[in-house]
Amino acid sequence: MNGKKSPLYLFSPFCVSLLILIVAPALHAQDWVRTGTNLGVQRIRLAAASFKPMTSDVQSLPLKSIFDQTLYNDLKNAGIFDMVSQSMAPPEMPGSPQEIHLDQWAAPPSNAAMVAFGNIGVTDGRVTVQGFLFDAKNPQTPQILGKQYSDIANDENTRQIAHRFADEIIARLGGGVNGICETHIYYVSTRSGHKEIWVMDYDGQNAHQLTHLDTISLSPRISPDNSRVAFSSLGRDGWTIRMYSLTLNRIVHFVSPGGTTLSPAWNSDGSRIAFSSSRTGDNEIYTASPDGGDLRRITSFRGPDVSPVWNPKTNSQIAWVSGRTGLPQIYIMDSDGSNVQRMTDGGYATSPSWSPSGQFLTFAWNRHYGPGAPGGQDIYIMDIASKRWIQLTHEEGANDFPSWSPDNRHIVFQRDDQIWTMLSDGTEQQQLTHGGSNTMPNWSWK
Amino acid sequence: MNNLDTLLKEENNVLTRFRNHRIRQSRRFVVLVAGAAAMLTVAGCHKKAAAAPPPPPPAASAPAPTASITASPDTISPGQSVVLAWRTTDANSASIEGIGPVPTSGTRTVQPTESADYTLTASGDGGNATATAHVTVNQPASAPAESNINEQVFEENVKPVFYDYDSYDIRPDAQSVISQDASYLNQHPELKVVVGGYCDERGSTEYNLALGENRANAAKQALVSAGVSPDRLRTVSYGKEKQFCTEHSESCWQQNRRAQFTLDQ
Repeated sequence: MNGKKSPLYLFSPFCVSLLILIVAPALHAQDWVRTGTNLGVQRIRLAAASFKPMTSDVQSLPLKSIFDQTLYNDLKNAGIFDMVSQSMAPPEMPGSPQEIHLDQWAAPPSNAAMVAFGNIGVTDGRVTVQGFLFDAKNPQTPQILGKQYSDIANDENTRQIAHRFADEIIARLGGGVNGICETHIYYVSTRSGHKEIWVMDYDGQNAHQLTHLDTISLSPRISPDNSRVAFSSLGRDGWTIRMYSLTLNRIVHFVSPGGTTLSPAWNSDGSRIAFSSSRTGDNEIYTASPDGGDLRRITSFRGPDVSPVWNPKTNSQIAWVSGRTGLPQIYIMDSDGSNVQRMTDGGYATSPSWSPSGQFLTFAWNRHYGPGAPGGQDIYIMDIASKRWIQLTHEEGANDFPSWSPDNRHIVFQRDDQIWTMLSDGTEQQQLTHGGSNTMPNWSWK
Repeated sequence: MNNLDTLLKEENNVLTRFRNHRIRQSRRFVVLVAGAAAMLTVAGCHKKAAAAPPPPPPAASAPAPTASITASPDTISPGQSVVLAWRTTDANSASIEGIGPVPTSGTRTVQPTESADYTLTASGDGGNATATAHVTVNQPASAPAESNINEQVFEENVKPVFYDYDSYDIRPDAQSVISQDASYLNQHPELKVVVGGYCDERGSTEYNLALGENRANAAKQALVSAGVSPDRLRTVSYGKEKQFCTEHSESCWQQNRRAQFTLDQ
């Protein structure tokens, strides 16, 4: 074995034809080709200049440093830019359109097609940022964006301003798909000593604890409007679904049906929740309204049925995990329980997440699972129409609980006891969490 | 290792908390019952007074009854007995609150689990008389055993059932375990049981919780088939959230694929 595989494996003839087959029907609406695979599309060469500090306030320099770093990381993480590394950038710090020498940025070695630049200052406890995006190849009318932001001066607000500016740039240059820099990831952490529900920014910053139930809480799922987190929690009578309000900062009403009740999932308009309950003695998939009322059972087979997710594009289909034939497999069905279709052809397949485009599933799969078999649980994506799949992680730990980002371009997942993200072609894998056990990530809808 | 230790500790804390909560609840229940009884007594007296015809003048010779009651010992630990002894004079009937009608004099052995007042009421032609004996029950720091069968004795007699990999079928070799477990439970019909379903560390968290539920349920059904009332059995899945053995080996995984029976307290 040759150790770590390089992302180049994707360019083997088989994979290339597979990818073309998968993505071809979606070319008109998706930018998945561009962002996911780099096939046939050049990434935009983008430079993020060091922002110019405008005031001598003691907070200026530390906040500028946070801003520069956050903006650069956001643009790099977006997956659609070829970033000019800071060592290649011209030795200038343009604070305004008058101060920039676009020809220097357009020339080698930076070769930038676009430049983001601006200034940052702190006055009377408020941080103010002016940000610009200029087209370096169009010196006559270079300005694409000009934005101004102001907020109370602290690290957190400065990061948020950088996220907002980055999302503006991404929305403008990313084919109309909104960026994810202002999104959040909900997850389970043991950092307090118990498995509680936590939330962090999409880049792993700003982590904080939401629940303090001192039991075991799992499977957090954020509502589409970011107002509530549904999760399952161990109480005296076993597992129930509970609902945490992010506006009230407390647990709110949810009628959990009896039995072991697990793995809630919101549909994309927030009007229904699907979950698994053993109220009849065997775990089956149910749907209910967001307060737990109007309960409808939609599966009935012997064996565990768990981990439902809705097709967020239509809300008319549900993918889930069923052990009806032995080892767990991924299935899809209509949301009334009809038209059941098995998607995976063997092994041990769990934890589906449906792409916002409606076109793909991502899930955890161990294709050679069995007693005594070595690990090898990896993240895969599958084109639903063709059932063709691609393996995204390779020979790196036990991977589970993939969750799509709202822009379709990223997947957050659990590797062993930590949370990682990657582009949805498996490249640019990076670890977000450190310390304690951090698991079961769920990416917010916006 | 550390994580698992933490997890086990976490689990224990959770269980302790539930138990304490339960105790608090049962205390509250006792208070409520006592309160309700007191209200009923008061209401009953009122009613009687209201409904009674104008009282005939009491026979001049009818003396007022007297009552006395003692508890020995008057301070005990949970599980110990107290002997109540009472005497009355000039009474036609007597009753002790919480016990009911009793002879006008006598003794009775009681086993209070909480501190309690035993109030004797003697009624006679000359009126009523009451006397009260107080019994203090020292609550130990740990939860009181509700039965003299403790977890250890229970687990020695009610053995876990082990499962094959990714399966919740009762194996042939588990049938004899089920029979023994069921016969012990049938001999102790007062015991209520939690059937916990457990899985090994492999596989996915959510699926393992569903599989653990199926394992717990399969064990419960097997006990029910062997004559144990389903009302006494409660299932909880622990999936792979709690492990009995923390090595990454088949023998350890086998230890963790089980239905474990514990006292439902």
